[in-house]
Amino acid sequence: MDSTQTQTQSGAEDGSFVTPDGRTIGAPILEVKDIIVRFGGVTAIDGVSFDVRKGEIRAIIGPNGAGKSSMLNVINGFYKPNEGTINFKGEILPAMEPYLAASNGIARTFQNIALFKGMSTLDNLMTGRMLKMKTGFFSHCIYFGAAQKEELEHRERVEHVIDFLEINDIRRTPVGRLPYGLQKRVELGRALAMEPDILLLDEPMAGMNVEEKEDMSRFVIEVNEEFGTTVLLIEHDMGVVMDLSDRVVVLDYGRKIADGSPDEVRSNQAVIDAYLGVSHD
Amino acid sequence: MDFFQALLITPFVIMWEDPLFLTETLIKGLMAGVLYSLVALGFVLIFKASGVFNFAQGVFALFAALTLTGIMDMMGDGLPKPLVIIIALGLTVAVMVLLAVLVERFVLRPLVNQELIILFMATLGLSYVLEGAGDLMWGSDVKVIDLGLPTDVWDVGGVFVEQLDLVAAITAGSMVAVLAVFFNKTRIGRALRAVADDHQAALSVGISLQQIWVIVWSVAGIVALVAGIMWGSKSGVQFSLSLIALKALPVLILGGFTSIPGAIIGGLIIGVGEKVAEVFWFDLHGGAVENWFAYMLALVFLMFRPQGLFGDKIIERV
Repeated sequence: MDSTQTQTQSGAEDGSFVTPDGRTIGAPILEVKDIIVRFGGVTAIDGVSFDVRKGEIRAIIGPNGAGKSSMLNVINGFYKPNEGTINFKGEILPAMEPYLAASNGIARTFQNIALFKGMSTLDNLMTGRMLKMKTGFFSHCIYFGAAQKEELEHRERVEHVIDFLEINDIRRTPVGRLPYGLQKRVELGRALAMEPDILLLDEPMAGMNVEEKEDMSRFVIEVNEEFGTTVLLIEHDMGVVMDLSDRVVVLDYGRKIADGSPDEVRSNQAVIDAYLGVSHD
Repeated sequence: MDFFQALLITPFVIMWEDPLFLTETLIKGLMAGVLYSLVALGFVLIFKASGVFNFAQGVFALFAALTLTGIMDMMGDGLPKPLVIIIALGLTVAVMVLLAVLVERFVLRPLVNQELIILFMATLGLSYVLEGAGDLMWGSDVKVIDLGLPTDVWDVGGVFVEQLDLVAAITAGSMVAVLAVFFNKTRIGRALRAVADDHQAALSVGISLQQIWVIVWSVAGIVALVAGIMWGSKSGVQFSLSLIALKALPVLILGGFTSIPGAIIGGLIIGVGEKVAEVFWFDLHGGAVENWFAYMLALVFLMFRPQGLFGDKIIERV
């Protein structure tokens, strides 16, 4: 994305806008409001509000311990915030539940890869289809008729994801044996298999080499463009963030210190001080 | 000198001189091992899926067997026998599923994310509650399970084999096969493996831990029912049945806490080992070797291979 991008060309009342590369960013799909999370005496998130618009790639950045991962955990229901609300697709909740999040279209990956290590790539991706399967428990016990037919249908979706992520040759490999970069990709695949409305990525490129990072960035962009999936990602690599995202929110010590387009954020003095470091000479 | 002779020479001489007797002993041991395996299997299922060491697994077997005999007694002689057995089995399975639901709701759910030792203590409490409940509902007399299983003894070329033992072995074998298919081929099985691998990841794809726990505890309850029936058919349903849970401990140490094949093979090794030790090393320490052999073997394993034969390797990072 070029540096002239701003969000001032807003036409609609709900703040939708069109990016310079021609994607339409819609109304907010997710809105967190005045979220406070405390662990004992420590306040991990201190009154943070922001929204994520339909179709955009939104980034959360900030130094270590800024509360980025905690924020994702709040959004998919792992953490129950002490205060604040989460508005997802118009439903306002004081806290999310992991099951509710998953069934309503929130998928995620983890900073320290959380895969089913003993299972094959294919099986890992198939777990992403769990919630979409309708046939009952008993028909699945005998794995027959309707259940089998359904399994095949879901298998087709999963094959699509496998093609898309170019992981065809590792489909049968237990993921515990895969190299780190590929594990990250399988994890993304599992999230994609859920056909989510919004994809939460917790440092998708952490620990990767340049080539792997480029692959991953490409996948994130393609997911967003082809499937129209909204993406909320946490990333440390500033270059990646600035290239990928439409809007960036910056956290520091649990507070929001900036929110805007990559360029606005880059030139924000508070961000420069907190994140990029203050010059002391 | 006598000691060393009793330890190192005499037993092997006896084995050599009477191979049929040795074979018979081995078979007896294997059959006892099958029962240990069944109880250990229940442990492993629960441990894998919920990380809980279920001390009550042995009592599950007792409780299931008690419930089965109790229901059969209540139905009396009015109905034809096979019908009584089928209904009673069905009802007992239902009771075990209900038990799983109750355990999930009133033990696991309130204690979620607690220290493992707390959950372990809870299952210890659960075992006493169940033992008391079984006592209260069905009385504390020794009961006989009569499912019409064959009790004859076969003479296979001079080796005597109890038919009941064979039935037990076949049942256990098919049970393991069914579980293997269930785990590897069905959606629920996939979810179970997912939960066993990574709780967080399982939650993130929308697998409900509570539902999985109920299923796993139900399966463990049904496995316990089978173990209870087999054990009860052999030696009557009595409260000492709950003590086989203690024998499952060394089995788990041998096989590894997270491995289903480990539970099976560990059970067989312990069963055979203690039978052989009892029969051929009887002179040592004045007998009753069967009572402590399993624990000694477990101790040796703890020293040299603490993860067991099939367990996940324990890697400690510093």
